[in-house]
Amino acid sequence: MTKKTECLAMLLAGGQGSRLGILTKNIAKPAVPYGGKYRIIDFPLSNCINSGIDTVGVLTQYQPLELNSYLGNGAAWDLDRMNGGVHVLSPYQQIKGTAWYKGTANAIYQNIHFIDRYNPEYVAVLSGDHIYKMDYAKMLEYHKEKNAACTIAMLEVPWEEASRFGLMFVEPDGSISEFEEKPKNPRSNKASMGVYIFTWSKLRQYLIDDENDPTSGNDFGHNVIPAMHSAGERMFAYQFDGYWKDVGTIDSLWEANLDLLNPKVDLDLSDDKWKIYSQSPVAPPHFISDKAAVENSMISEGCEIHGEVDYSILFSNVTIEEGAVVRYSIVMPGTVIKAGAVVEYAIVAENAVIAENAHVGDSPEAMADDLDNWGIAVIGEKVTIGKGAKVNAKDMIDTDVEGEAK
Amino acid sequence: MRASNVLGIIYASVDDDRISELTAVRTIGSVPFAGRYRLIDFALSNMVNAGISAVGVSTKSNYRSLMDHLGAGKPWDLSRKRDGLTILPPFDLAGNGGVSRTRIEALHAMLNYMGHSNKDYVLLADANVVATIDYEALMDGHLKSGADITIAYKHGKKPNLPDIMSFAFGDGDRITRAVVLDNSPEEKDYSLNVLFMKRALLERLVSEALTAGATEFERDVINANCEKLYIRGAKIDGFACTIDSLQTYYDVSMKLVQGQYKGLFQKDLPVYTKVRDDMPAIYGTKSKASNSLIADGCIIKGTVENSILFRGVYVAEGAVVKNSVVMQDSYISEGASVNCAVLDKNVVIKPNKALSGAATCPLFIGKDVTV
Repeated sequence: MTKKTECLAMLLAGGQGSRLGILTKNIAKPAVPYGGKYRIIDFPLSNCINSGIDTVGVLTQYQPLELNSYLGNGAAWDLDRMNGGVHVLSPYQQIKGTAWYKGTANAIYQNIHFIDRYNPEYVAVLSGDHIYKMDYAKMLEYHKEKNAACTIAMLEVPWEEASRFGLMFVEPDGSISEFEEKPKNPRSNKASMGVYIFTWSKLRQYLIDDENDPTSGNDFGHNVIPAMHSAGERMFAYQFDGYWKDVGTIDSLWEANLDLLNPKVDLDLSDDKWKIYSQSPVAPPHFISDKAAVENSMISEGCEIHGEVDYSILFSNVTIEEGAVVRYSIVMPGTVIKAGAVVEYAIVAENAVIAENAHVGDSPEAMADDLDNWGIAVIGEKVTIGKGAKVNAKDMIDTDVEGEAK
Repeated sequence: MRASNVLGIIYASVDDDRISELTAVRTIGSVPFAGRYRLIDFALSNMVNAGISAVGVSTKSNYRSLMDHLGAGKPWDLSRKRDGLTILPPFDLAGNGGVSRTRIEALHAMLNYMGHSNKDYVLLADANVVATIDYEALMDGHLKSGADITIAYKHGKKPNLPDIMSFAFGDGDRITRAVVLDNSPEEKDYSLNVLFMKRALLERLVSEALTAGATEFERDVINANCEKLYIRGAKIDGFACTIDSLQTYYDVSMKLVQGQYKGLFQKDLPVYTKVRDDMPAIYGTKSKASNSLIADGCIIKGTVENSILFRGVYVAEGAVVKNSVVMQDSYISEGASVNCAVLDKNVVIKPNKALSGAATCPLFIGKDVTV
């Protein structure tokens, strides 16, 4: 005997996020650290539990080790449940052979029996790549109210950026009349957020049909949604207004982190009613010494600050030695920035060492006449930048850099 | 030493009355400390770090906040099918009229629990001792020495509590005399009240003491047996402080921000506590912070110096916090200043109010008070 589940969530977390370069060399994109103590996947997972969805399938494929161990039994998100909870769903061997997930739709298709076990009325399909706080329960209400087969969360984006998104044309009653995938000349600015709610009985059939179609790319955006639309299913757009960011590139990851320091940005992580949960590190409060100067920054537990930090995000257990300067940068857990080093406009991954007097990154002002070559500098995990070495703007470093000769 | 054969016992309510400001609403074990912990976290983490998987926490009164903090023991990895954490509520011995008052009575009330544990050894600790002690080394030393009882001690100024023994030693580490009523000012070897022995021995000593009508554990059990038993002292040189008053609580907190926190928080001996899922601390554009320990969830727009801020504390623009301990979710408004004070949870200091105690007599503001 199990209780019926009204709505179950399938979280697509298999993406590599290749545009994040060395940051996703060993981890999948949803496991990329964000906001001082979180990983990207904390946002959809916390949204689920805060929206009352307590059964979540997490579809992994690319570099799943870090993600699997991070999720554990789901206790950090209150998702260690007797019925439901969090389940990591990796591709597996079957009688007819081994199949990787060919596309987003195929990933769900291969787990139909998992979903059927809970016999849900509705299935939410979420992407593990976005930073946003959203009440899926309200969207589900809307889906029921409209008696829809599929509801897609929609956000109005600035016109100049619209061509990067899957766009929708929406009728006054909320129904979707047309789709356009990343057009050159956008005629709509209503973008899909990659958050879908389906009536399971409908979706189930379309997934099977899609799998039987050898010409299909087995992708939600390209295949399943258009198929449902052309078959005349009831499809509705659910308007969301609030902070939403796809952290697909180095620049957007850097921006999305620093957004947390901007009081004008509508992303409040201190809201007790909508907490973002994460695996908290075991570390004492951070220590600010009498040599430190910290302004306009976010600092996590376990850090030890003796230098200058301005407009930056420091993850747990970061050490900033005396005389070191960190500005406009993201520094991930366990990294040490030694005396006299300067880190600016950079992302430094976990457990890296920036040795004495090294200089990572440049400010756009300093490169005003060469702005095309300016960008965020990135240092990979466990990399050591030697004494006095210089890492230029836009560089991506994933092997040790020798310092000056002794 | 196989720590799986050891039962840990923590007294969560020792000398609650000595720090009545902070224990008015809670037991000593759940007094907030060092920005994100409760006092009991230290003894509990020491036990867990040594591999002990069965821990009983003895309580006396006001233990609701303690139960809330400990829950099922998950943050300490003590939510287990076998063993795990057990909260031992006060036990009224039939016909005794009232809950166990002395340490002997408390131990006697626990004999039944201890018997069910199937562990051959017991490790006893008090929640009012803030220390990072390698219990594994302590237990190994005990076995090697062949001692009957090992007691951890420290050299220094003896805490002003009625149940702290100071020791005299014979040859080597053997304790020859244990006295409690010795409050002369010179430095002594005093007990950290961490005891390790065979369970069977503890059971026998407690039963004998009870039959003989003994009332004081220190005098009638330890001192009385110094000759018959090999009672060994194990010196602890690391960070260890017994909280015996609000003043000590304040002084120890100030020691932490003056750089000694590293002795308490060692890399290989982590201190576990209940997590609260706060965001990391945020510093505003005009913030100035120095020499301070600051927990997650704080928002700092003003000045913080030589202070400990617990989770979720707000320091508004133009506010100044110096030489103070500010507990969870307290709010220091614009232009207010706080100096040499201990603010309990949820205290609100209204705009432009100035509060100041002295380093030798810190000001205390109780829970949920608005100034």
